[in-house]
Amino acid sequence: MYVHVPFCASRCGYCDFNTYTATELGDSVRRDRFHEVLAAEIAHATRSRPQETRPVDTVFVGGGTPTLLGATGLAAVLDAIRDELGLAADAEVTTEANPDSVDPALLEDLRSAGYTRISLGMQSSSPAVLRVLDRTHSPGASVRAAKDARRAGFDHVNLDLIYGTPGETDDDLRRSLDDVMESGVDHVSAYALIVEDGTPLARRVRSGEVPRPDDDVAAERYGIVDSMLSEAGMAWYEVSNWARPGGECRHNLGYWHDDDWWGIGPGAHSHVGGRRWWNVKHPRTYAERVAVGESPEQDGEQLSAEERRMEGIMLGMRLAEGLGASGLDTETVRELESDGLVELTGDRVVLTFRGRLLADAVIRRLVD
Amino acid sequence: MPVPQPGSTDPAVIRNFCIIAHIDHGKSTLADRMLQQTGVVDDRSMRAQYLDRMDIERERGITIKSQAVRLPFSADDGGDYVLNMIDTPGHVDFTYEVSRSLAACEGAVLLVDAAQGIEAQTLANLYLALENDLTIIPVLNKIDLPAAQPEKYAAELAHIIGCSPDDVLKVSAKTGVGVHELLETIVREIPPPVGHADKPARAMIFDSVYDTYRGVITYIRVIDGHISTRERIQMMSTGAIHELLEVGVISPEPVPGKGLGVGEVGYLITGVKDVRQSRVGDTITSERKGATEALGGYRDPKPMVFSGLYPIDGSDYPELRDALDKLKLNDAALVYEPETSLALGFGFRCGFLGLLHMEIVRERLEREADLDLISTAPNVIYRVVLDDGGEIVVTNPSEFPTQKVSSIFEPIVKSTIILPSEFVGTVMELCQQRRGTLLGMDYLSEDRVEMRYTLPLAEIVFDFFDQLKSRTRGYASLDYDVTGEHEADLVKVDILLHGDPVDAFSAIVHRDKAMAYGTMMTAKLKELIPRQQFEVPIQAAIGSRVITRETIRAIRKDVLAKCYGGDITRKRKLLEKQKEGKKRMKMVGRVEVPQEAFIAALSTSDAPKK
Repeated sequence: MYVHVPFCASRCGYCDFNTYTATELGDSVRRDRFHEVLAAEIAHATRSRPQETRPVDTVFVGGGTPTLLGATGLAAVLDAIRDELGLAADAEVTTEANPDSVDPALLEDLRSAGYTRISLGMQSSSPAVLRVLDRTHSPGASVRAAKDARRAGFDHVNLDLIYGTPGETDDDLRRSLDDVMESGVDHVSAYALIVEDGTPLARRVRSGEVPRPDDDVAAERYGIVDSMLSEAGMAWYEVSNWARPGGECRHNLGYWHDDDWWGIGPGAHSHVGGRRWWNVKHPRTYAERVAVGESPEQDGEQLSAEERRMEGIMLGMRLAEGLGASGLDTETVRELESDGLVELTGDRVVLTFRGRLLADAVIRRLVD
Repeated sequence: MPVPQPGSTDPAVIRNFCIIAHIDHGKSTLADRMLQQTGVVDDRSMRAQYLDRMDIERERGITIKSQAVRLPFSADDGGDYVLNMIDTPGHVDFTYEVSRSLAACEGAVLLVDAAQGIEAQTLANLYLALENDLTIIPVLNKIDLPAAQPEKYAAELAHIIGCSPDDVLKVSAKTGVGVHELLETIVREIPPPVGHADKPARAMIFDSVYDTYRGVITYIRVIDGHISTRERIQMMSTGAIHELLEVGVISPEPVPGKGLGVGEVGYLITGVKDVRQSRVGDTITSERKGATEALGGYRDPKPMVFSGLYPIDGSDYPELRDALDKLKLNDAALVYEPETSLALGFGFRCGFLGLLHMEIVRERLEREADLDLISTAPNVIYRVVLDDGGEIVVTNPSEFPTQKVSSIFEPIVKSTIILPSEFVGTVMELCQQRRGTLLGMDYLSEDRVEMRYTLPLAEIVFDFFDQLKSRTRGYASLDYDVTGEHEADLVKVDILLHGDPVDAFSAIVHRDKAMAYGTMMTAKLKELIPRQQFEVPIQAAIGSRVITRETIRAIRKDVLAKCYGGDITRKRKLLEKQKEGKKRMKMVGRVEVPQEAFIAALSTSDAPKK
């Protein structure tokens, strides 16, 4: 189950997620009572689709900045899931957090509420890079927060990195990775900066204030990330994700395996048995719908067999475990192999290092 | 005295004339004013620029197809006259059509803008009129303009045609000032036509226009004898016999009559559906007791410039074919045959009289058939003599022989350039770069010069006019006429993408320019072709010898960093879109090239605008 918390203390210039600051929302949505709305949707969803209910294996609370709900709010959300659907004994329960919105007390409370994994938005150790990204936390905060989390009993901690930010140097990235290693986390997600349309960053790039991120530079940096993390014992298991053995995020693997999941919260997407649907995006509209007992679903789609096949390739190909060769066009696989983009491991077709950087092109050729 | 009737007009009262003028110098306005002042069109039904019928002509302010209007005119001497005003095409490429229009006249009004002076095409047409022994009436138009310099340009005209500046009439077609005086001068100065009424009929076709409802309308000038309805006529070039359905005059709408006599100008309709059956310059005679000797000067239209025309949307190919078939009915000079290009798909190799003709055809196809077209860079016609003595005509770089050739001949033109004297140096430099030979240079007035050059037509076809305009800040005018051919050191340059030639970019160029062409094309394609998953060399080569090379570096990153639950629908739709887009990609070997890249590469090297 995915739970979306659409709040942030401030807005980062590169972000196009469905999230809002307190000023943007005004009085229309009460942040301190929002966990009640989420719980109400969980209850409503469970009752309206009883045949689809089963104990939850993984929970991922994302945002936004979920920790703005406070330990109580986050605990209440998890309780709602436990009460309505049940939570598997070995469930993975993750929440995202901003390095400057957590402290040891909060982390301990979350741990005792049942959370098992913390994902921190570190992005970079370089103050200059953090400034370009409008991140408010100080460079050391992430490492500190990660260590606090481990001390609070979280075995699984992730740090998010962004590379290829204009102004970032190779050394900036290496220093960030050194800090990651020092913090002792078991998982890293590293993303190339994407300038999304409509964001303040896109405007700054267009006006020439900030140079456009360069794909060749991003490719270079990806290589740095991959080699430093592998040396430190973290293997890639998805194009942008590395983990120590056993540290893989089971929730996210569910997406790439095309499993079923429910999405709770404004704008959250769900996928159950070949049907995808998504909730209305704005927290106020969402809250209003839930308050009157209506489904917050905005729209959905029933996938055709061909669409499911495409999605299967699109998602599964990103994984280090690759895809079974039997489900793919033999001729195309052979060509991709001779182009050095994939390799065959047993009967699995797996991206090579170069193939990972060209994964979308590989996918296009495979779905053709 | 009764108004002279068509078919029985005494040649002595007929005055056949045309107006020689540059675009924008006011020919159409003057023609309108004459229609009004002679009373054939009343003020209310006066449509501005009545004689230019086609939209394109109206928009471009040029006349492509000439027509003839019969204007009854009562002169101050008390006589009733018939003025036949024959409209002439006003541009290079149509020199032959102009020459036939001039051959139908005894006199010409040389109309020049009093603020601009004579332009090169006007001068060229003036020379043509003088060769035809026409009486020239020099006229300065637009004397009402504040910028007019009537004294200066009267002196210039007097210098060119060898008359006194006082002989130059000054009119304002816009206000009507001087137009009556001009009509009187036409009556007084231009000699009446002379012919033999009792000889077998001979009439010259000076224009031929296809009309959807009537079929081909043929404009003729009767030289000898009489063309009557109820008789059959013969085209002397082909011997073809046609039924005469209608004979008449235009005044200014068609007025059917009983026939046309010596010196008269009018139209006839035979029911044929293709202007090729009624060719400009041909002689018409009666089927019975017809003439045995045709009037001189007939020439088959000969395409000199060739280009591939392709629909941007490949599925429009049948529409393009239909549109060409339709256009051909009205354009005796247009030739085409189907052609397939790797880069552009199915299209047609088309032959044109010249660049303007090419542009007009393309515009009409785009406008009248609502087609989006792309044309390959135009090339001229080449004669290639092989080592074994064999000879081939090359109208497409793809036909250029791969075996050894002993000599190659390309068409050359005699060109006239009129320009302000301050630009002489830069234009000489341009002509030199374009392999020109200076034939002569004359000062038309203190600060205006006429330069005459021999140039390869291929050089003119390749952006010469744009260069000329930009080097002279738009003040130069150009006219040229194909006069023959000469031998030249020409080579075919191929553009190779990852080792595979791209047909649409092959070009035949002078050996000294091969490098420049290769560098320009490879650089352009490097900009336009997206990076691939592998490195792609772009080379220019003469035969198997590579002369220049660019490299498109391999793309290193093509992956969206994130793909989680919320992104899946969006990402799949993007993938579907890319899959669709891939269908529109052209494969050159293993290189995927968007059609737009080919189009952009061709558009930027597009034919020069006039």
